Amino acid sequence: MAIRYLLGNEGIAHACLEANIDFASGYPGTPSSEVIDVLRVQKERPFTVEWSTNEKVALENALGAAWCGQRALCTMKHVGLNVAADPLMTSAYTGVTGGFVVLSADDPFAHSSQNEQDTRRYAHFARLPCLDPASVQEAHDMIRDAFALSEEFGLPVIFRPTTRICHSKGDVDTGAVGTEHQTAVFHRDPKQYVVIPAHTRVLHKNLNGKQQALKKRLVELGYNRHTVRGSTAVVASGVAAAYVQEVIGGDVSLAIVGAYPIDEEWLREFVDRHERVLVVEELDPVVEEAVRQVATRTEVFGKMDSTVPYEGEFNPAIVAAALEKAGMTPTTTFPAAAPVQGVPPRPPILCAGCMHRPTFYAMKKVFRDGIFPSDIGCYTLGLQLGAVDTTICMGASITVGSGIARSGEERPVVCTIGDSTFLHTGIPGLLNAVYNGADMVVVILDNRITAMTGHQPNPNTGVTATGAESTPISLDAICRACGVSWVETVDPYDLPVLLETFRRAKERRGVRVIISKQPCVITARKSGVRRKAYAVDPERCTGCGVCRSFGCPAIAFTGENATITELCAGCGVCADICPSGAIGMEGRR
Amino acid sequence: MKPSFDILIVGIGGQGTVLASNVLGEACIIENRTVRSAETHGMAQRGGSVESHIRIDGKHGSLIVPGTADLLVAFDLLEALRYRHYLPAGGRLIVNRNLVVPTSVYQQALDVPDDESILAALAGLDVACIDAAALAREAGNILSQNIVMLGAASADIPLRPETLEEAVRRCVPKKTVEVNTAAFRLGREKGAGTTP
Ligand code: SF4
Ligand code: SF4
Repeated sequence: MAIRYLLGNEGIAHACLEANIDFASGYPGTPSSEVIDVLRVQKERPFTVEWSTNEKVALENALGAAWCGQRALCTMKHVGLNVAADPLMTSAYTGVTGGFVVLSADDPFAHSSQNEQDTRRYAHFARLPCLDPASVQEAHDMIRDAFALSEEFGLPVIFRPTTRICHSKGDVDTGAVGTEHQTAVFHRDPKQYVVIPAHTRVLHKNLNGKQQALKKRLVELGYNRHTVRGSTAVVASGVAAAYVQEVIGGDVSLAIVGAYPIDEEWLREFVDRHERVLVVEELDPVVEEAVRQVATRTEVFGKMDSTVPYEGEFNPAIVAAALEKAGMTPTTTFPAAAPVQGVPPRPPILCAGCMHRPTFYAMKKVFRDGIFPSDIGCYTLGLQLGAVDTTICMGASITVGSGIARSGEERPVVCTIGDSTFLHTGIPGLLNAVYNGADMVVVILDNRITAMTGHQPNPNTGVTATGAESTPISLDAICRACGVSWVETVDPYDLPVLLETFRRAKERRGVRVIISKQPCVITARKSGVRRKAYAVDPERCTGCGVCRSFGCPAIAFTGENATITELCAGCGVCADICPSGAIGMEGRR
Repeated sequence: MKPSFDILIVGIGGQGTVLASNVLGEACIIENRTVRSAETHGMAQRGGSVESHIRIDGKHGSLIVPGTADLLVAFDLLEALRYRHYLPAGGRLIVNRNLVVPTSVYQQALDVPDDESILAALAGLDVACIDAAALAREAGNILSQNIVMLGAASADIPLRPETLEEAVRRCVPKKTVEVNTAAFRLGREKGAGTTP
């Protein structure tokens, strides 16, 4: 209807509007976050939308709405699905009445993630249908229809875009926003919704009984499709199918798998017609396993014989190389093009004026021999400052920390966790540490927002996803309710007080909590906060380099002297760090 | 003939590469052409090196393969060097004469790169070096450097300048339409002919 230039996630959000979505929830996670971010700022919002405290919470909320007959969407990144796996697995048994789509975005190459797990495995595990779009347009179209598919089979549908779908843009043909919404009505049906053993055994049988029809339907819907052109073939899935189409020769057959479970009969019929088949898919060899299972006389190439890489993301050059290895000539070959060596790296870095930097600085200064478990957020960048010793998954700073502390390791444990991550899965760990008598310091990096994923509000912010005001929770009260008796809140821009607070914490035993509180500089700037910039007095600067080690990107250091660039956010911390008193507010020196 | 015209825009998180790529995408929509693009989101945007791939007339994936870009637009000299392998030998580079030294250089005490040595390392390409800051200031706002760069690159881009200007108007915040239109024109007039 209307061709627009849209980000994959914008296309997905728009398709939800076209599909008359009634309820949307999620927890921010790159590359999935913009879907809810688009839905929550719609002017007309005849649906419920929330940022939930974690993915399990989000999924259960959306499930509740789907049990009331509403069309519900729940979004997260792939590792978020680990958190939500508990309700996901059994929601396959209970099924749904309203269409229910669980969007779990995978991140090949781990651009912004801790691993490269494959959501399609969860779909297989739970025996749920999974849609795997190959383009931004297909992502839009699939999501628009996914709610109806969910209703047809009474099953949640998993939708699995990857980074290069979510964060690619293209011309997208969008339809009209729907206007028919479902009034929520919960129909009591314990046999469906109360999974005691007697019920669940029946439900499991029903779930298995749906699989055959489901496989056929996914072929009928055109999600799994093929064109026969020769004696060799490629089977591709997801965004890799787009790369294949760019380089595949005109005499090579192509099958595109866009949905799971795969109908084995359909696949066997295709594979059998070819002498050689190459399977091209990012992440796990899900399609390849299916192809190898149905192949009788056909030679199969893929990850398992090292024709195609297991890890990372693909591009047309990688696909062309795989085609060649499998004896199929690509239409283009690509030059070997190596980057120039020795270019100084420019990794992401904590912003100038970020409150995490002084907090890490003080922590390291006071606890020189400390062990520093940390967590997931912008502050993971504290790695560059030597302030992050472990990061594994959301909320694990406190638990890994208490484990180290209780293992008998003698050095002090000081862990850092952001406000949103603390509310996500940090609280049970804190409770556990206190109750079981761990000896550690927990630093809550409270910047009032979920920063890294694009500044989404959380229960600490004081507004909800839609911008409505809500009473912010008290981190201090939560910690005290968990049994912590020593909780101190401090402004990290006030370095002397911050250092003093860490020193006082060091003198005590048990679980001690420091809440380091100051809004993220980006949100502060957006809300109109302007601080005067700082400058170095060249007369006083001795070139000692102490400020350089602080690592603020606004501090340049060339041989003799430090200078402060226009990036300065005016936090003033470097002025307290400079041993010669050479840094002061601009114009004051 | 390649089916698409592939542009790589590179810079530092916060310099407005995404806005520049949005203008190109919007221009494709105006001219009824297909387009594919890919952007950096998430953590890398915190002052890290960022890249936007734009494939005018693209129909499949959004990623450009190294060695095959038709045009490289760099908002920073060092980033031009980091991504120069996306161009074939003699490929066209439009670069901002601007160098933000990465904090890593100070922290790891690496050699501080300078304009001249970087430009020397870029020889072998067809380079236009733009003083985008000066032109942006002339247009009325230093923050319009990204649009200046787009203007400077526009002569090498297979989209009509009127379309690009219209796309600029559609993509930038309302209050800044005038400044950015001026920035685009200044970039276009004074940019393209410049040599290092
Ligand atoms: S976005 Fe906020 S929290 Fe993240 S690095 Fe910048 S200032 Fe720090
Ligand atoms: S005052 Fe110092 S530490 Fe703070 S942002 Fe400016 S230069 Fe960086």
